[in-house]
Amino acid sequence: MSVHTLGRLPLAYQPAGTFGTDPWWLVVLKAVGIFVFLVVMTLLAIWWERRVVARMQHRIGPNRVGPQGLLQSLADGIKLALKEDIVPRAADKVVFVLAPVLAAVPAFMAYAVMPFGPQVSIFGHRTMLQLTDLPVAVLYVIAVTSIGVYGIVLAGWSSGSTYPLLGALRSSAQVISYEIAMGLSFVAVFLFAGSMSTSQIVNQQTNLWFAIPLLPSFLIYATAMVGETNRAPFDLPEAEGELVGGFHTEYSSLKFALFFLAEYINMVTVSTLATTLFLGGWRAPWPLSLVGVDPAHPEGLLNTGWWPVLWFIAKINIFIFVFIWLRGTLPRLRYDQFMRIGWKILIPVSLLWILAVAAIRALTLDITLDRRTLFVWVGGVLAVVFVVSLAWDTLAERRGAAGAQDVPAAGFDPMAGGYPVPPLPGQSLPAYADLAVSPVSARAGSAEPDGTRDPVEGDDA
Amino acid sequence: MNAAVTVVFALLGVLAVGSALLVVTTRQVVHAALWLVVALGAVAGCYLLLRAEFVAWVQVLVYVGAVVVLLLFALMLTKAPIGVSEDLDAGLAQRVVAAMVALATGALLVTVLVDGFSGEVIDQGATGGAPAIGASVFRSWVLPFEVLSVLLLAALVGAIVLSRRDVPGAGAADSVAGGR
Repeated sequence: MSVHTLGRLPLAYQPAGTFGTDPWWLVVLKAVGIFVFLVVMTLLAIWWERRVVARMQHRIGPNRVGPQGLLQSLADGIKLALKEDIVPRAADKVVFVLAPVLAAVPAFMAYAVMPFGPQVSIFGHRTMLQLTDLPVAVLYVIAVTSIGVYGIVLAGWSSGSTYPLLGALRSSAQVISYEIAMGLSFVAVFLFAGSMSTSQIVNQQTNLWFAIPLLPSFLIYATAMVGETNRAPFDLPEAEGELVGGFHTEYSSLKFALFFLAEYINMVTVSTLATTLFLGGWRAPWPLSLVGVDPAHPEGLLNTGWWPVLWFIAKINIFIFVFIWLRGTLPRLRYDQFMRIGWKILIPVSLLWILAVAAIRALTLDITLDRRTLFVWVGGVLAVVFVVSLAWDTLAERRGAAGAQDVPAAGFDPMAGGYPVPPLPGQSLPAYADLAVSPVSARAGSAEPDGTRDPVEGDDA
Repeated sequence: MNAAVTVVFALLGVLAVGSALLVVTTRQVVHAALWLVVALGAVAGCYLLLRAEFVAWVQVLVYVGAVVVLLLFALMLTKAPIGVSEDLDAGLAQRVVAAMVALATGALLVTVLVDGFSGEVIDQGATGGAPAIGASVFRSWVLPFEVLSVLLLAALVGAIVLSRRDVPGAGAADSVAGGR
């Protein structure tokens, strides 16, 4: 290994293809095209979401405006624009107006580096189907989307109202927590692709989509992207049952519409990022990618020209469908459960995974270790770790069962701090003090109606 | 650098310094945090003009996207008021000392930079990219980098120890929290 190269490890490839040589009219055309694409995707996604969720709930959903209700979102948009624009008296006026703009603008900006397809011909001009690309394009996307959280935080604060403030607090904690896991899940992709440029990452997935070798990263990203966009089951910043509307409670008219737009564009953006980094970007799915492949056309028919745009949009819409599916299926998580997933599962797992990926890449590429030997070793180590952790768990469980009998049933103050509070883990309700064998069974008993009746509840009835 | 880039660079510098002054002079806490965002963003713009795009976007990601968001989070947790807070003002003596310290720091930085790097020609395409930064951080500067990581880890552990209540010896914090 010499000083200036890292063996055969790829070192920061530049973008694939040429950028920055388009005439001005083509740049404007692409920018406007991206804007229109995002707005149309938003309108369609809202319609689609309402129809699919309705279907999942045995309803019909909007079907009056236009064929199959397709124009419903457009009608809603016009309705929103015609509503009265209310600014609360207690609000910080400047920030209140600034917040929706801060939410919407970064959502659009992130799309500047997304590759829609390979090189095509527009009015006789050969150009990449992508506004621009940077050697650090993915970093740019993360940086720009992290500005979007200001919209939410400032909206909540500047409303001068309790529930929006609570929603903003939750949102900032949420986005910061999940951004770390999100960033870490990209690292493995960078290691595999040897680049942070989106076009180069797509280029490196010609033979194998990164979702297959990097499945853990893909799953971590898929979880983090739901948290990052504040969507169900991670929609704690706008939990209707708890916070009215969350951060946008005080917003109306076009300002509210901007938040709505930003949320859906963010959904499209994270779906696009997942597509680009893990699902081969604009590349055709496997059997189709073989159509028309011959020595003269190594890419095949369906990976050239305008075809890739079709695969690109189809893949994005699969992700959006999953978003809708999750919303129609899962209940909202409790806040502590949500934070536990982020900090105690996603981040440690992604750190370990990055370590493993880096080690395997270095061993196979740099020292040219035989892959089979390597996997045998890795498997052996994993087996040992598994056995040890299993033994550890059994021991801990036995120790926990022995210790549980010593836990005093008392110590629970139902009015701790002047407010009625539920029992913490390890504490039990006074009514169960004599029944409690272990905290676990006490809690299970209180949740089951067929167990012993709670005397307090009995009095109320 | 051509003329247009130089002009924009100067404008961004003025923007950074101006919004930094507003950070310390505004009487609204949250607005101070927002001016800080503008100042840090302007610095990122300067990096971008020097074609150090990796540094620029990391600056946006870390400072704008994380540090100031955490700052805002803390402000909201402590119910930052909307509108002017009168108690955000310092006395004349404090102002003078603060201004002197700021000027001295600025003068020190400028002299160090001018002494150390004046007349040096930077290869713009290469120095600010990810390969160059990665190589210098993990080769030439790997020891300071690791020491900094240990420092941050120590701060992290310290924060957790301070906030924990279930360790023996944290009785004082416990009674304060319980007495509320």
